[in-house]
Amino acid sequence: MSVLEVSVWRGGESGCFQCYEVPRLESQTVLDVVSHIQRRIDPTLAYRYACRVGMCGSCAMTVNGRARWTCRTHVAKVANGNRLDIAPLANLPVVRDLVTDMTEFFDKWQRARGCFRGDKTRRDEFARVPPESPQRKAVDEGIECIGCGVCYSACDVVSWNPDYLGPAALNRAWTLVNDVRDTDNRARLAAVAGDAGCHACHTHMNCTERCPKQLTPTGAISGLKKRVLVAALRGELD
Amino acid sequence: MRNDFRARNHPAYWAFLVHRFSGLLLALFLPLHFWVLGQALQGEAALDDFLRWTEQPSVKFAELLLVVLLAAHMTGGIRLLMLEFLAWRDWQKSLAAAAAGLSLAAGLLFLLNLV
Amino acid sequence: MRSRSQVLLWGAQRASAAVLAVCVLVHLVTIVYATRNGLSAAEILGRTRDSSLWLAFYLAFVAAVAVHAPIGLRALVSEATGWRGRTLDLCILFTGLLLAAWGVRAVWSVFA
Repeated sequence: MSVLEVSVWRGGESGCFQCYEVPRLESQTVLDVVSHIQRRIDPTLAYRYACRVGMCGSCAMTVNGRARWTCRTHVAKVANGNRLDIAPLANLPVVRDLVTDMTEFFDKWQRARGCFRGDKTRRDEFARVPPESPQRKAVDEGIECIGCGVCYSACDVVSWNPDYLGPAALNRAWTLVNDVRDTDNRARLAAVAGDAGCHACHTHMNCTERCPKQLTPTGAISGLKKRVLVAALRGELD
Repeated sequence: MRNDFRARNHPAYWAFLVHRFSGLLLALFLPLHFWVLGQALQGEAALDDFLRWTEQPSVKFAELLLVVLLAAHMTGGIRLLMLEFLAWRDWQKSLAAAAAGLSLAAGLLFLLNLV
Repeated sequence: MRSRSQVLLWGAQRASAAVLAVCVLVHLVTIVYATRNGLSAAEILGRTRDSSLWLAFYLAFVAAVAVHAPIGLRALVSEATGWRGRTLDLCILFTGLLLAAWGVRAVWSVFA
C-alpha cells in the first residue's frame, strides 16, 4: 500500500508546513486526506468542511499551489508522485491552520452592492422575465456562485490591491445589473467603479481558471467595465 | 498566504506578463528614443553619427527586441480591447495565441530586412 | 481621486490604446521599410521634413502615448509598490507632461 507525503500548513499568519504520512487509497479526495490527519494522527489540526459533496464550498483550500474544493479534488488528479501540499486559501487572514477568516470577502460583496433590491410587494403581479432574453442569460451564466472564495483567493489583483472588491463580488454585481427586477443599479454601478472596482481587473483570468462551478467572473467584470464607462460618461456615477 | 507561480501558470496570465513587461520596457525606452530623435535638431551630422553607431550587431539586436516588444504590446493590447469591448466569448486562448504569433511575425519581418 | 475620474482615466487609456494600435502599425511598417532600404539621416530627414501629414500623424502619436503610458505605469507602480494617492497621481501627471514635451520636441526636430 502506498503512502502519501502530505505537507500541511500549521499555525496562523506565521507558522510552518508540517509533514504527515497518510495511507493512499483509491478514489481518495484531498478532504479525505485532511480528515484522516485530524482524526487519526493530529486532532489539533483545524479545517472546515460541511457537505463534502461539492455543494457548499466550505472546504476550499490551496492544494499544490492552486485553490480548490478539497472534497471534489481527487488525490490521483493532483498528487505530485506521492506528494501533496495543503495550505489555507490565499488573500485571506489565517485564523488557524487551514481555516481562513472570510469576513472581508463578504464585506466586499456588500460593498459591491451584491444584493437584490426590488420595488414589488407580495400584492403585485409576478415579474415576467423571459429566460431566453440576453439579460437573463447573462444572469444565469453567473448566478450559480456559492461564495466559496476560490476565485478571490486566486486573484492577484486582490493580493496587490487591498481595496479591490474581487471577482466574486463583481460577478454577483453583474448578475444584479442584468436583473430586470432590480432597482438599485445606479448605486451599484457607482459601487463597482474605479480603482477598487471592475476597472482594476487586468484579465489575468485566474478566477475563471479556478472557479469550481466553471463561472467566468472575468466576463462579468468585462461587462461591468462597459456599463460603468457609459454611466461615467453620462454623469450618472455620483 | 500568498499565491505562487503554480496558480499563475496558464495562457491568460502569461499574456498579462508579456503585456505588462513589454509596456514597462517600452515606457522606459521612450525618453531615450525621443532624445535621439531630438538630435536631428542639431542637424544631419549629429543624426548620422548616431545612425552609424546603430549599425553594430548588438544595437541591431536591441532594435529587434524593441520591435518584438512593441508588436507584442500592440497585439496583446488589441486582444484586451476585444475582451473588454466586444461581447464576451470563450476564445481568449486563441486571441492570446494570435497575439503571440503576430508579434513574432513582426520581429521576423524586421530581422529579415536586416540581413 | 473620485471614482468617476478613475473610470475616465481607464476610458482614456483604452481610447488612446485604440489610436495607438493604428499609429504603431503604421510606425512598424515605416521602420521596417526604412531599415530595409538602409536610409541615412539625410534621406530620412529629406522625406520627413516635407510633409505636414507626417507631422500631424506623429503629433497625434505623441499625444496618444503621453496619455497611454503614464496611466499604464500608474497601475503598475501602485500594484508593485503599494504607492497610491495624490502624490502618485501628481508624479504620473508630471510623467505625462514630460513625455509630451520631449515627444513634441522630437517630432518637431524630425518633421518640421
